[in-house]
Amino acid sequence: MPVVLEHLGKRFGDGAPVLDDVNANIKQGEFVALLGASGCGKSTLLNIIAGLEAPTSGALEVPSDGAAFMFQDAALFPWLTARENIELALKLRGVGKAERRTKAQELLELVHLGSAGDKRPHELSGGMRQRVSLARSLAQDRQLLLMDEPFAALDAITRDLLHDELERIWKETGRTIVFVTHNVREAVRLGQRVLLLSSRPGRVVQEWAVTEEHRTDAGLAGQLTGVITARLREEIRRHAK
Amino acid sequence: MPSNPFVVQEEPVVEPVETAAREHVHAALTRTSTGKEDLRELESGLDSLQSHAERKHRIDWSRILLPIAALVVLVLIWQFYVSLGLKRRDQVPGPLDVLNQMALLWGEGKVQESVWTSLQRGIIGFVISVAIATPVGLLLAQVAPLRRAFGPLISGLQVLPSVAWVPAAIIWFGLTDATVYFVVFMGAIPSIINGLISGVDQIPPQYRRVGTVLGASRLQMALQVILPAALPGYLGGLKQGWAFSWRSLMAAEIIAVGGTIGFGLGSLLDQGRTLSDMAVVMAAILLILAVGILIELLVFGPIEKRLLRRRGLLAGSTR
Repeated sequence: MPVVLEHLGKRFGDGAPVLDDVNANIKQGEFVALLGASGCGKSTLLNIIAGLEAPTSGALEVPSDGAAFMFQDAALFPWLTARENIELALKLRGVGKAERRTKAQELLELVHLGSAGDKRPHELSGGMRQRVSLARSLAQDRQLLLMDEPFAALDAITRDLLHDELERIWKETGRTIVFVTHNVREAVRLGQRVLLLSSRPGRVVQEWAVTEEHRTDAGLAGQLTGVITARLREEIRRHAK
Repeated sequence: MPSNPFVVQEEPVVEPVETAAREHVHAALTRTSTGKEDLRELESGLDSLQSHAERKHRIDWSRILLPIAALVVLVLIWQFYVSLGLKRRDQVPGPLDVLNQMALLWGEGKVQESVWTSLQRGIIGFVISVAIATPVGLLLAQVAPLRRAFGPLISGLQVLPSVAWVPAAIIWFGLTDATVYFVVFMGAIPSIINGLISGVDQIPPQYRRVGTVLGASRLQMALQVILPAALPGYLGGLKQGWAFSWRSLMAAEIIAVGGTIGFGLGSLLDQGRTLSDMAVVMAAILLILAVGILIELLVFGPIEKRLLRRRGLLAGSTR
């Protein structure tokens, strides 16, 4: 069980709790979509799992080598080319110089950017940048990959393609992925399991399993999307004055 | 639960799903590509649609001709003013007088000697300043207590005219090169440190997060992330540092003359003043100006342009 969250809580200073009593188990190789409206502490939860922030209460179990992280903006270093960005991740992991080169090329080819390695981030489109960013997070070679709304800023065509791409890479690499999103359709499209977080405080209120049938049957997937959206709106309505 | 789940969609863009065609629909909710090859092809198509074609670089003649034209206009105005005869010729020499004087000084070897002496000192002083200021600046920018302690002092030193150090330096080191270098360091080091610190301050916080997530140690963070990210600001600091060291150098050379101090541009200027030879003074001023312009055009300009272009920051600028 790579990730276990038990009664996890987080508050900043004296403010109201951001997360309260979050419980979840994530299995090895599982793709979990973490869904919630704004203010549900999705990003905070991800930061806690990544070890960037400490929880104020509860316990969590994460892989000892930490987690790879992919951000909403590609966050590539503009002074490095696409390849050098990936190589930097390898370098900071302690990979030797000769091996870095071949490994970076392999990763670029994995995200179908084999020939764009020498381009700088500003010369790449948003989708290409996000793929370089994905390759960089894979270069970290951690079993657990955390993704914080990585496709939220992309256009719809690119996003649809990257969903297919991410699914393919997940299957090829066998990573455990926790994917945070506020997009119900995206959660249903990608996750094997969708966890719905309530807002203020954030807490896992319900979860749904997404099967292989949902991947090919748009009707079935649409139905599930409807169900989850209805439940999400119920959560949002609770905050109406 | 709503009776028709398709009405409830989070996004306004809703693909209408026909019940009859359900099995064949490839909506965004399901896999949209048919296989690995199809996906590669689609992505490559999208990549080429979304990438911009590289523009070729050509020599831009306006970049060369406009400054020359501006120079010619200024010299003409100067000549026109002199020919009005409002001031005595020995007080306001014309362009030709200065040019003749310059040729005379060149013949005596004074131009070469003074430019070489000053430039050498300026460059050596600047390089040593960079070597001292860079680690100090990084340390101050990264360690909060140090910065709080020394930050105001460094800012103060930057404002303090480094000429103020000349008397002290003469008492400490006498009329030697050490005096000149000391004054150059006091001018350049604080301004390079300040440039580096403000460059570090402007780094998007996201870069540090990425560095942390990628597992960078403190030293790796400083050298692989902070320093390159701060490079535009650092370069600004270097430019200013050079300007300060060049100015301080001239001031020191004008004030401290004699002893083992060699003959620099400042000394030439001071010599002109002593002899009340305005043409020499003007020639020296123009030489000091020319060195400054050449260093900017040949060293800092190209480095800065390259740096900005590589980061995609040049678009829309008037450079």
